[in-house]
Amino acid sequence: MAATNLEIWQTGTVVEAESITAETRRLVLSQSLPKRAEPGSHIDVMVTIDGERHKRSYSAVDSSEDGQRVAISVFRTPQSRGGSVFMQGLEIGDQLEITQSLQNFPLRVGAPRYVLLAGGIGITAMVNMARVLRNTKADYTLVYSGRSRDAMAYLPQLEGLHGDALRVHVDDEGTALQVDELLASVDPETELYMCGPIRLMDAVKRGWDTLGLSMPNLRYETFGNSGWFDPEEFLVRVPRLGVEATVGPGKSMLEALEDAGVDMMFDCRKGECGLCEVRLLGLQGSIDHRDVFYSERQQHAAAKMCCCVSRAVSSETGARADSGGERAVVTIDV
Amino acid sequence: MTALMQSMSSTTNKVLGYPLNAWYVAAWDHEVTRKPMSRRIADRPLALYRTEDGRAVALADACWHRLAPLSMGKTLGKDQIQCPYHGIVYNSAGRCVSMPAQETVNPSATVPSFPVVERYRYLWVWLGDPTRADPDLIPDMHQMSSDEWAGDGETIFAPCNYQLVLDNLMDLTHEEFVHSSSIGQDELSESDFVVTQDGNTVTVSRWMLDIDAPPFWLKNMRDKFPGFDGKVDRWQIITFQSPSTINIDVGVAMAGTGAPEGDRSQGVNGFVMNTISPETAKTCHYFWAFMRNYRLESQLITTQLRNGVHGVFGEDEAMLKAQQEAIDANPDYEFYNLNIDAGGMWVRRLIERQLVAEGRLIPTV
Repeated sequence: MAATNLEIWQTGTVVEAESITAETRRLVLSQSLPKRAEPGSHIDVMVTIDGERHKRSYSAVDSSEDGQRVAISVFRTPQSRGGSVFMQGLEIGDQLEITQSLQNFPLRVGAPRYVLLAGGIGITAMVNMARVLRNTKADYTLVYSGRSRDAMAYLPQLEGLHGDALRVHVDDEGTALQVDELLASVDPETELYMCGPIRLMDAVKRGWDTLGLSMPNLRYETFGNSGWFDPEEFLVRVPRLGVEATVGPGKSMLEALEDAGVDMMFDCRKGECGLCEVRLLGLQGSIDHRDVFYSERQQHAAAKMCCCVSRAVSSETGARADSGGERAVVTIDV
Repeated sequence: MTALMQSMSSTTNKVLGYPLNAWYVAAWDHEVTRKPMSRRIADRPLALYRTEDGRAVALADACWHRLAPLSMGKTLGKDQIQCPYHGIVYNSAGRCVSMPAQETVNPSATVPSFPVVERYRYLWVWLGDPTRADPDLIPDMHQMSSDEWAGDGETIFAPCNYQLVLDNLMDLTHEEFVHSSSIGQDELSESDFVVTQDGNTVTVSRWMLDIDAPPFWLKNMRDKFPGFDGKVDRWQIITFQSPSTINIDVGVAMAGTGAPEGDRSQGVNGFVMNTISPETAKTCHYFWAFMRNYRLESQLITTQLRNGVHGVFGEDEAMLKAQQEAIDANPDYEFYNLNIDAGGMWVRRLIERQLVAEGRLIPTV
């Protein structure tokens, strides 16, 4: 199935809410415009942070056959921009604005072999895919990696459903995932779907490329919200327009520029399309590229950046102390 | 009777919807080559082509970027197709493998790739939920590719709702009036028929005993039995398989030689193989072939039969077109159903049940 991005907004009513790990809360929403969620799909949710409305995306973990109910799972992000706090506070009976499921991560039926790789809360995107692959008798392995069993959502259910097709890696138990070993087990016909922390996904991407595997067989979705470094506050300057704006840790550079009245071009807001590209005129600090639009070569060149997701950090290591506490400053032209 | 016991359709739909969780023929095997072609099936425009290995591919005929038809593009490499507009390249799974003017590929860039199975000289596509695309659900048309049968067929582009073709094939009394010069005869509407159904198939059987063979069948008898003259026993056994395949076992045998009891050795037997793929609500692709089980070696007979049926079906096509036009011109008139429609009505019932199951038809109670 194809990607669909037609947003149909509706009311979601919380009909179930339970903590399934210390940091993860499962919410089942009743939809006013029912639609079954395909594997890989997500819903967008309007959250309120400090009185302002913001949009957040959550993978559809499962949905009822009639499409009446859709389940998501909310992880309390350490560097939350406020969305996960809002979501975790929802209780049964609460209503919120949600979209019908949107699809940017479609599962292709008919590949000879599959590996589904989930790191941490990334499992939410994989639960439905794994179920469909099991139902269609596909040749699949579900690889689930996490810090500790307690922190791994849906683990008991997945063990029951997938048996030997599930491989679990737990840092605390000394069985942490070795990306090289995983990639050694795939062949040119294998499609790998992954969702998880950017460092994990990046390691897989590099390994995949090194092995000369077909890039289109590596499937992932980019929400553009997890970078290499923790988000810091930084300054953006546009000399041509005489604009200087502060980009807080909870805000994107694109949003900061828009707030400063700069007429910006953009589309996907998740680092895929490249429409929000800005040219760098000067840089104090370094760029934390969070997009998938630029190649590694282009990211290293640091001549341009996708301002919808990418950020500046004060030092190359991402540690404020290494920069003597100075904020990063990005000087651009748009 | 309670409301729930009532029939699904209290009125007969003049333009029936089509199930999506079903296999439809998209093309004859020989039509699809390395050069992409376009075809719309069940209102989905498809780009059809073959990979270097000869495997058939059905992609949505619209590039992810600006929806330019991929069928206007060209095939590249092992299994790829390039959009003719800005050069975006997709593989047979519908995954973008290269984008112009950037060093990376947008991970969202995909076009739908539909399951395809090549069987019985046709390419079958599944346009609904791909997780339900079980090849075992393809209707049985084994005569098309069996060594024991010979024949050939064509495609009619029928300017009507596909259900009108199914109606036409399930009730052959129309032969007497539409095909009077070839296969029609009075006995068609005078003889009794039997209708059975089992939830997935509907069968209408009609036997006409000790009659004169109409011109088409007299010619066929003389191909197998040179100089044949005399009365025949004639049969038509129409079998519908969901959602839109109708195979008709037809033939004549010398009268009184035991054909109704199963001995067809003194006769000629053919199968009219029909499978109809909706194109839009008011148009369809009508794939047919005539297969026979005698004089298999004769290309002459194959060609004569194909041309003969072509002529007969041309008469149907004209009627179906006129019928759809009359339906469109008289939107406030309903269909009325007769006893002869029993087969067609069972077909509608089965299709409507499938549409209800897919949530595409609201049952009337």
